[in-house]
Amino acid sequence: MSRGGPRVGPGAGGLEVAGLTVRVAGRTLVDDASFTAPAGAVTALVGPNGAGKSTLLRALVGAHTRAGGEIRAGGVELTALSRRERARIVAFVEQDAHTDLALSVRETVALGRIPHESRWRSADARSVTVVEGALEGLGLAHLADRHIGTLSGGERQRAFVAQALAQEPALLLLDEPTNHLDVAAQLHLLEMLARLARSGLTVVTALHDLSHAAAYSAHTVALSGGRVLAEGASDAVLTPAFVERLYGVRAARTRNPITGRAGLAFAPRATPPA
Amino acid sequence: MSAARRRVSPGLLGAALGVALVLVLGISLTVGAASLSLGEVWAAVLGRLGGASVDPLVEGIVWDLRMPRILTAALVGAGLGVAGVVMQAVTRNPLADPYLLGLSSGASFGAVAVLLAGLAFLLPVAAFAGALIAAVAALGLATAMGGLTPARTVLAGVAVSAFAAALTSFVVFWFVTGDSYREVLSWLLGSVAGARWPEVLIATGAFLIAGVPLLLTGRTLDAFAFGDTSAAALGIDVPRTRWLVLGLAALLTGGLVSVSGSIGFVGLVLPHAVRLLVGPGHRALLPLSALAGGVFLVLADTLARTVFEPRELPVGVITALVGAPVFAALLLRSRRLA
Repeated sequence: MSRGGPRVGPGAGGLEVAGLTVRVAGRTLVDDASFTAPAGAVTALVGPNGAGKSTLLRALVGAHTRAGGEIRAGGVELTALSRRERARIVAFVEQDAHTDLALSVRETVALGRIPHESRWRSADARSVTVVEGALEGLGLAHLADRHIGTLSGGERQRAFVAQALAQEPALLLLDEPTNHLDVAAQLHLLEMLARLARSGLTVVTALHDLSHAAAYSAHTVALSGGRVLAEGASDAVLTPAFVERLYGVRAARTRNPITGRAGLAFAPRATPPA
Repeated sequence: MSAARRRVSPGLLGAALGVALVLVLGISLTVGAASLSLGEVWAAVLGRLGGASVDPLVEGIVWDLRMPRILTAALVGAGLGVAGVVMQAVTRNPLADPYLLGLSSGASFGAVAVLLAGLAFLLPVAAFAGALIAAVAALGLATAMGGLTPARTVLAGVAVSAFAAALTSFVVFWFVTGDSYREVLSWLLGSVAGARWPEVLIATGAFLIAGVPLLLTGRTLDAFAFGDTSAAALGIDVPRTRWLVLGLAALLTGGLVSVSGSIGFVGLVLPHAVRLLVGPGHRALLPLSALAGGVFLVLADTLARTVFEPRELPVGVITALVGAPVFAALLLRSRRLA
């Protein structure tokens, strides 16, 4: 990240979730979830559709009311903070965010300063520096004056990450950020998340593609039916046997012939001959 | 793809609208059924303020008829502009407006009901209650339909509006006789013709109590740009903010409707025009929409009382003639309605 750009906020030092439960309209969507995400690393949140990944992330960011549980970032209990204080520690990149407003990329990124800004004054010098730093750091400086709706999927996703970084968080949460991106944009985004984690940010991202999880995350949390089934080092969790059980498919380890990174290959579960 | 469109500086537009407001207020004071010269009008204005005394008839026309009417138009226009902006922001609906979501019809029903019951002193309170109930009904209905999308919100507003209008028609049909028909009608169409100083006071009160706090919500409204989850992640208490803002918008609409009847489309047309010029940032959009609403409604009312002289149109007819085509254009432009 460039000098004067966003800093890693207070509460650095990893995420600890204990007994988190979320109920919506009488249904338990996240059930007594406990896990950790190590500081300065990418943690992948995996699990089949409807496992509760999005709900869990939204509860961590405070967009869902919890029925119970504790959420600590770097030892700070987030649920005891005001929403504004929490927004200076946790930032969230939603799935498929959209607006009808004609916001420029710079204005979109500057929304990330809201939890830091005085309500009465216009943006201060620090905010301007942080926003410009975030634009530059994510390679968006040349697009800053473009209408957000005219960007490609990959550029738009980068703008949302830049907005999240403008919050100067310690913890960055993302909900399936590679969705709808072409393969180049997917890899670019994942490389960027790995880079951000190396700079000290704790990154937790829901991922559908288990090969991405295996290749880019140090830690993996597997969710099913709202419960945490397993967590640990990604290569220890994402074993073919576990993936077969979690998704009901056949799985085998592979190695990416180009990068040498670990991966997984899948096939439908064998159907008995008729 | 093109760059974001060129924008006008908010300061520049603010200055232009400020000058325009002073000009239309001044001009509007000199035009009307009684032809008074600019000199006579100013002499009358100064006369009441302690200058040389003038013809009491002229002074009466200027001070007791035109001035309160013009000020009421300016305040109602400004308030409706602000109410439109905040409703569009917290419902994320470019088509939201106190009139289209049924708040104005709800307020009208409340007001007509107490008026016909002979409880005119309850007018502002009843109008506020009507607006609030209509807002809760429309947004509750849209939420129950599956979420606050533009199409659902407007359809729910249509249903609530139609129901409130039917209730109003019922009480009017049942209780109104002879002459009061005309009065109630001009009121339902939206008019500031009857506004005197007490109406200025009510409109000022509504603007100070509900409009001014809303003018200060700019950055909070910005946080709603990408929806509820995004706003919550930026540190906003979404349900509390939404209902607080809508409550204030209902209070403002109720107060304004109680003096002018339901004037449509001001809250829709002016914020859109301002947004096209300065962009969607609410810190500039709110005060500029207030100014633009004030200028627009004073102008519209001046036209309403002069174009078909000696007949007078209710100003709501003019705003609808301008606003309904703009609404249609916005519908055509909204690609993501469902």
